[in-house]
Amino acid sequence: MIQSTSETILSIKDLHASVEDQEILHGVNLLVKEGEIHAIMGRNGSGKSTLSKVIAGHPSYKVLSGSIQFKGINILELAPEERARIGIFLGFQYPVEIPGVSNLEFLRVATNSRRKELLQSELDTFEFEDLVKERMKIVEMDPAFLERSVNEGFSGGEKKRNEILQMALLEPFISILDETDSGLDIDALRIVASGINKLAQPSSATILITHYQRLLDEITPDFVHIMADGKIIKTGNKELAIDLEKSGYDFIDNNKKDKEMVN
Amino acid sequence: MKSSTICREWLNSLPPTQGCLEKEQSLGRELLSKHGMPSNKDEAWRLCNFNRLNSFFSLPIINKSEDVKSKFPNKDKDSERIIINPNRNQFLNINLPNGIEKLNDKEIEENLGKIIKSTKVKNDLSVCLNQASSAKLLALKVKSSFNKSLEIVIPSIKENSISTRVFLIVEEGAKLDLLQVFLGNNNSAQNHLIEIKLESKGELTHGLISLGEEKESSSICTVAVEQSKNSQYSLHSIHHGWDYARFEPRIIQSEGEASTTIKNLQVTKSKEQIATHSLIRFEGPNGKLDQLQKAVASEYSHCIFNGSIEVPQIAQKTEAAQLSRNLLLSKHARIDAKPELEIVADDVRCTHGATVSQLQDEELFYLLSRGIDNEHANSLLLKGYYDEVISYLPKSSKKWNFVKNLMNDIK
Repeated sequence: MIQSTSETILSIKDLHASVEDQEILHGVNLLVKEGEIHAIMGRNGSGKSTLSKVIAGHPSYKVLSGSIQFKGINILELAPEERARIGIFLGFQYPVEIPGVSNLEFLRVATNSRRKELLQSELDTFEFEDLVKERMKIVEMDPAFLERSVNEGFSGGEKKRNEILQMALLEPFISILDETDSGLDIDALRIVASGINKLAQPSSATILITHYQRLLDEITPDFVHIMADGKIIKTGNKELAIDLEKSGYDFIDNNKKDKEMVN
Repeated sequence: MKSSTICREWLNSLPPTQGCLEKEQSLGRELLSKHGMPSNKDEAWRLCNFNRLNSFFSLPIINKSEDVKSKFPNKDKDSERIIINPNRNQFLNINLPNGIEKLNDKEIEENLGKIIKSTKVKNDLSVCLNQASSAKLLALKVKSSFNKSLEIVIPSIKENSISTRVFLIVEEGAKLDLLQVFLGNNNSAQNHLIEIKLESKGELTHGLISLGEEKESSSICTVAVEQSKNSQYSLHSIHHGWDYARFEPRIIQSEGEASTTIKNLQVTKSKEQIATHSLIRFEGPNGKLDQLQKAVASEYSHCIFNGSIEVPQIAQKTEAAQLSRNLLLSKHARIDAKPELEIVADDVRCTHGATVSQLQDEELFYLLSRGIDNEHANSLLLKGYYDEVISYLPKSSKKWNFVKNLMNDIK
């Protein structure tokens, strides 16, 4: 499966990571190439969100061993803001509310940070307003949300749309969307999924972290990975997610029991 | 030099009592001679930096002239401005807009001193110091016909101490947007006493910007407010850049049935100390209070908040909420927050809370994860933190450009 390195966007090898001195990731391996959509599924506590936070560089998470390369660059030495600027985007499971900070100002500053990295001219307030209003159409978001504080008082669905709006503005090479479907009703899920599909580019890739098949009905993944105990234990195609929806995660426990009996 | 000697020498240096405040001057001087300076054994002054307080007694009371008018931003079209220049004796020569009148001698005689008595600040050092040294009084009444906003600007004078006193009656049914601006100066001290009587159905939105901004500047400010039934008083204030500042809002709802809102922000850096000692007392039923106290302390500075709320037996059905939120940005900085609720009435809803924290890590990470650099992210978060108070200040406050200074100071 491994092709030339120039096509690889993200390469994770034998990644071990901990939070508050407790090891959560026990050797994750993952290869993501341009144009691919990956889904990572697994029970609560299997390490999915931890993996996303480690890739984004959250300071509470410590990498114990292994490597993460983004387009050939070792990102473990980069600060979270540097990772974002070179094109890594994390869509939060619980987007943070920041009272008093204008959503419009926040989006503009973030967009300009990325544009600077791409050697594009920074946008002034008026130029940015035109751009953001155009991108808001992708997620059918009301421009009134620009006037409010970042995520403050937004419903669950509005917060997730605001995340996808940021993705649309920052144009990352890789988007890791952590349970973007949680807390969404069917209509909101369709709008958000449609936004993600519209933003997919041949030169970029997406990792969807999800519990449920329903998001994958809207966005077809090229690969489905199942995480358990801080590792990717199985990789397949879309059929794997469908099987999982039918039979649940019990096979993980059965596999464990089998291994214990062998030992 | 001992504090008692400093106080005695200061009293001896004052000019003889005279003018419309003669009685008040005698009263203040008498009380200061009797009680002298407070010490850290007095609860209300326990955390005070007394070395800084001494500047009020060691600096000369104004003795030279300086035109400060040109330094101010232009006023808004729909606003009137009064500049209190203690050198020029302008109190008596102000062109007042329609709807604002000076109080006559009889009205002054009838009202002056009553509010500071009812709000229990009569024997406090802050008030005694002002009474002893204030020579002039700006006493105004706002009629219901007044429909502009009003600015009162009080600059201080380099290497001098000034003392000002303002008395304001907001008449029945009148509405006033008032912005007060205090500006510090190098090695200066200023003491302000503002008494406000809010008559029935009167509404006062009171913005107060208190900016030291220069080295060794000190300020003491007491705001004493008496609210009648169905009146509304909103105080939104910011205190920044003072080496030493003490702010004492004292509000009494004399019949209950009134509404009070306080949003106060104090920001310190270096070795500054800023303290707010508030008292709100309900003397009747159905009173409402919403109080938010915010502080940000960095480097080696110290912020203090003492928030008293008194709900006696008569004040049934009072609804009072006090929240003190504080940001500690350095391990050497200090914040003391003390809510003090004295509730005797049994059918009331009174809540209070105090938090001291650093900038929220998750908020910071969210901004960083969008490519915003650490310094810019911190500054966005701080601006957001300040905004909960600043956004309530009158529009004209923006012209004083203090937000930029706030952002530059705290990194």
